[in-house]
Amino acid sequence: MMFNKNLKNIFLVVFTTLILSACSTAKKSGNIDGDVYTGKETVKFLASGVPDRIFFATNKSSLTTASRETLRKQATYLRKNKSLNVTIEGHADERGTREYNLALGERRANAAKDYLMTYGISGKRISVISYGKEKPVNPASTPLAWSQNRRSVTVKVN
Amino acid sequence: MKKFIVLLILKIFLTSNAFALIEVDITRGNLDPLPIAVSPLHVDIKSEAYNGIKIKKLGENISAIVEKNFRATGLFNPLKKEAFVQKPDIAHLKPRFEDWRLIKAQALITGKLLVKDGKLKVEFRLWDLAAAKEMTALAFTTTPSNWRRVAHIISDKIYERLTGEEGYFDTRIIYVAESGAKNQRVKKLAIMDQDGANTKYLTLGNELVLTPRFNPTNQMVTYMSYFRNMPRVYLLDIETGTQEVVGNFPGMTFAPRFSPDGKKIVMSFAKDGNSDIYTMDLDTRVVERITEHSSIDTSPSFSPDGKFIAFNSDRSGLQQIYVMRSDGSGVKRITFGNGIYGTPVWSPRGDLIAFTKMRKGRFYIGVMRIDGTGERLLTENYYQEAPSWSPNGRVLVFYRETKAGSKGEGFSAKLWSIDITGYNERRLNTETDASDPSWSSLLSK
Repeated sequence: MMFNKNLKNIFLVVFTTLILSACSTAKKSGNIDGDVYTGKETVKFLASGVPDRIFFATNKSSLTTASRETLRKQATYLRKNKSLNVTIEGHADERGTREYNLALGERRANAAKDYLMTYGISGKRISVISYGKEKPVNPASTPLAWSQNRRSVTVKVN
Repeated sequence: MKKFIVLLILKIFLTSNAFALIEVDITRGNLDPLPIAVSPLHVDIKSEAYNGIKIKKLGENISAIVEKNFRATGLFNPLKKEAFVQKPDIAHLKPRFEDWRLIKAQALITGKLLVKDGKLKVEFRLWDLAAAKEMTALAFTTTPSNWRRVAHIISDKIYERLTGEEGYFDTRIIYVAESGAKNQRVKKLAIMDQDGANTKYLTLGNELVLTPRFNPTNQMVTYMSYFRNMPRVYLLDIETGTQEVVGNFPGMTFAPRFSPDGKKIVMSFAKDGNSDIYTMDLDTRVVERITEHSSIDTSPSFSPDGKFIAFNSDRSGLQQIYVMRSDGSGVKRITFGNGIYGTPVWSPRGDLIAFTKMRKGRFYIGVMRIDGTGERLLTENYYQEAPSWSPNGRVLVFYRETKAGSKGEGFSAKLWSIDITGYNERRLNTETDASDPSWSSLLSK
């Protein structure tokens, strides 16, 4: 069963890579690809080699290839540390209405949670909270700051 | 906050309502505001001292508020007092109309007051200078500490007489007071008079609070709080200060508003990445699910007859505005223009929906008919949202944020208002930065 899931994921990865290479004309500047942040500037680590956050495109909650890779590392880490519980915080950038952004943050956090669960992490270990646009990590009003703020962050609870 | 009891001894000395004299047309823009003279109220010399209120100045202070209210409408042009030709007490008895006409005033407000036995008695008159007639005269008695409200009530009565529409001066605005750096904002619930006076803070700022909204009687507020890091919709009684969570939801509830009868709260509940709209009856505590869709459904707002709900959904891909019957049936998308739409708010008159529109990196506040036709964008800016209606459906208050520098410097959030004609945009005075305004109904109705 686990093997099957992994196989499915490998397929997904291959598939998305194909799609991504197909649209290599998509805007790529500095640390933003499309409009998803790809840099490390704001990233913290749950443990060595385990980034705490993933980034999203504007108004989207779908996971990029890089996000899946990060989440798989988180899942591995959580499997090793069975007593550890986490909260996933979902965030949006400031370029949307407040109430919609609260919903969007919740959707993003749950996208991360769902992915961790497909890697065998119990939903009971993961709580979710949305902060909408209320807690920007970068307070600037630039496309780079917005891309860093469109994120979900996995935080240890205990 | 004590309930305000005005002992209205309202006497209409002259009822000339039958044939309209001066009329202010507020359906078009205010390119030609009506020149109006607001004479200081005459203070009766028999007036007695009262609890630190400057009685001698009271007549001037009340007329200054009336004047400020009228100027803020953009429909009136209060004239400079230096040019006034008659003493307040004499003008109040019988103005020399030709003298007032000389300074180009078309309407004159006069009045007198007396503070005695712990009571404030106020009388005022509105005169049509061209027709040389009294249009309205009213008198009332209240406690002297209510003098600001007296000024607002006078303003409302005169506004009604001159425009034929209900006023909006004796009202309050509840909002979120903001302070601190942009990425460490402290937010408190705050309430103030419509003109920015009497600011009071209702929470301490220990937890994040958002989107406060009045109930129809202005005694309750529903808002969202992150108390104990559990984002939930709360109900606050402004008089007693008691607070409670609305409903028992196993996840985030947000975007609350009252139904027009005040009996229900409509809000969003988010679970497993999906937000839907629910109502809770405040008496029976019965919770009803109104939408059931895998998209984000939020920002619900009842029509004033309670039969419909406008809301925000991204079921078509991006945020758009939809209208449905209040039981959730008959969902219909009403926005199809270029751009994305949020925060629909039904006008108290029922004929319009105010909204936020986002297009090409710019934010607009606009109004449209309830079927989505007749869209009019009133104001464009870097960031603005969350319109709330004045109780007469003439003015919108909203908040606007500025662009921040690389460290978040230069960021501010302020309240602004604009007429639905698109004229008369102004910033509201608040002690701190401010967002998420909600306008009360008339307090003394």
